Amino acid sequence: MKEIVIVSGKGGTGKTMLTASFAALSKNAAFADCDVDAANLHILLNPTIIERYEFKGGKVAIIDKEKCKRCGACFAVCRFDAIVIKGFTIDPLSCEGCGVCAHICPEKAIKMEDKVSGEWFISKTKYGPFVHAKLAIAEENSGKLVSVVRQNTKSVAEKENRDLIIIDGPPGIGCPVISSITNTDIVLIVTEPTLSGMHDMARVAELAKHFKIKTFVVINKYDLNLEMTEEIEKYCQKNRIPLAGRINYDSKIPEAIVNKKIVVEYTDGIVARQIKNIWETIYAELN
Amino acid sequence: MIISVASGKGGTGKTTVAVNLALSVNENVQFLDCDVEEPNAHIFLKPKISRTLSFSTPVPKVDEGKCNYCGRCQEICAYNAIAVIKNKVLIFPEICHGCGGCILLCPQNALEETSKEVGIIQFGSSGAIDFVNGKVNVGQDTPAPLIRQVKKYINTTKTVFVDAPPGTSCPVVESVKGSDYCILVTEPTPFGLNDLTLAVEVMRKLKIPFGVIINRSDIGDGKVEDYCQAENIPILMKIPFNRDFAVSYSKGIPIVDAFPEFKTHYREILNKIKNHIEKKS
Repeated sequence: MKEIVIVSGKGGTGKTMLTASFAALSKNAAFADCDVDAANLHILLNPTIIERYEFKGGKVAIIDKEKCKRCGACFAVCRFDAIVIKGFTIDPLSCEGCGVCAHICPEKAIKMEDKVSGEWFISKTKYGPFVHAKLAIAEENSGKLVSVVRQNTKSVAEKENRDLIIIDGPPGIGCPVISSITNTDIVLIVTEPTLSGMHDMARVAELAKHFKIKTFVVINKYDLNLEMTEEIEKYCQKNRIPLAGRINYDSKIPEAIVNKKIVVEYTDGIVARQIKNIWETIYAELN
Repeated sequence: MIISVASGKGGTGKTTVAVNLALSVNENVQFLDCDVEEPNAHIFLKPKISRTLSFSTPVPKVDEGKCNYCGRCQEICAYNAIAVIKNKVLIFPEICHGCGGCILLCPQNALEETSKEVGIIQFGSSGAIDFVNGKVNVGQDTPAPLIRQVKKYINTTKTVFVDAPPGTSCPVVESVKGSDYCILVTEPTPFGLNDLTLAVEVMRKLKIPFGVIINRSDIGDGKVEDYCQAENIPILMKIPFNRDFAVSYSKGIPIVDAFPEFKTHYREILNKIKNHIEKKS
């Protein structure tokens, strides 16, 4: 079974749009949305949720007011400014669940409780099984939830004899991205012909290189700035990152998304052909 | 006054709005780029960097002479960042949160604190704008400590703009915490609406007053606007798609540099924000 993860560095370059098109073009795949804090792929894949699970990402400290003697030992050790001296309570948004306060409290007045910090789902779609998640508002441990999504996508794919996993990755280069790409077969970076796009692409490409993963680049909206497109292509050549293709800036794409449609099903114009070519290139590389 | 700019969805125009606001105010202004994984504001503000600081977080180091491999550190660590296997202690600095627990509680006092660089903070200026930029090292797991450190350099005597990362989880929370106001930049598409509702929940949880800017407002549908009206969320501005703006952006040229007449629009946004803040207090 092979796996491909679509990332970008910069947000808004077209990862989800492309992942959904790949889903529609694939014959025997399973899908995952690893952008757990702002998941969008479900909007295009239209899943039916079959199973849902709570995600307990970490713990949060709770102070028992009856036992607390307000000695301040917890305040002295907390590195995350999570102890609120007024009233001796915990700020749950700052608490990172390390448990040090609970360990050192001389009155044993602090308990660590499991925090439900999200939900994840196993769904079915027209195109194949789909695993996705929703991190609760303002939570952390998104990397952990990404790992849960990924592992379960693998199990579901194995159970249903799928030969490929296609993952919609998150923006950035932090731990949700790292959790999405480690040990994958191909990282596909979707970028745009802007200085920001190129800057951010370079950082995520460096991350993929750090993990020694085969990387490809797609330049979306490439005709918005042909000079910048050329710069990106030169960068890719210099760093030996093959180009999987380019996609025109075409109003059919935002139109498709507004209508919650997958681009290759909505149109058969030039952008659909370009996406199909990219899919064929990547599919060939995987096999 | 501290104004943060966030979104939920990536690529809606946070940096564009933050940068152009700062340039339109242009006096007594400070700009903080808290998107430390992928900072972009420097591309547009082109600051002259006068100082770079290395930022490190604490990680444990084991003194094998004192260690008796009891495994207490592994029990204490909430993040699986330290493991004791036979007669070896393995430390995984990338996932260590720097809580200091293992060091504090080792019965043999065999762990000491050392540090590991996780990123840099740059200070500079762009015309009249004071500039602070955080940049996390590639491969580093969590940007939150670096974002917290960047925020410590906020100069409350100035009008401060904080460019936040995309998403709705802890890097965004760290960036927007403590703001007087947050601008949520969105686009009128199903993706934009989906992520805007999540970002709105973050603002409400943090009790930060907020308003919305709809970017590329003529490419999409009316659902974002309907949502804002139904939720009583002020729409500060609607910016139609403009290919000239897109090209300007692609070259790293701020809109108000290429089209100075737009400074008035951005100043208007700031006035609306000041009015909201005054009304609330």
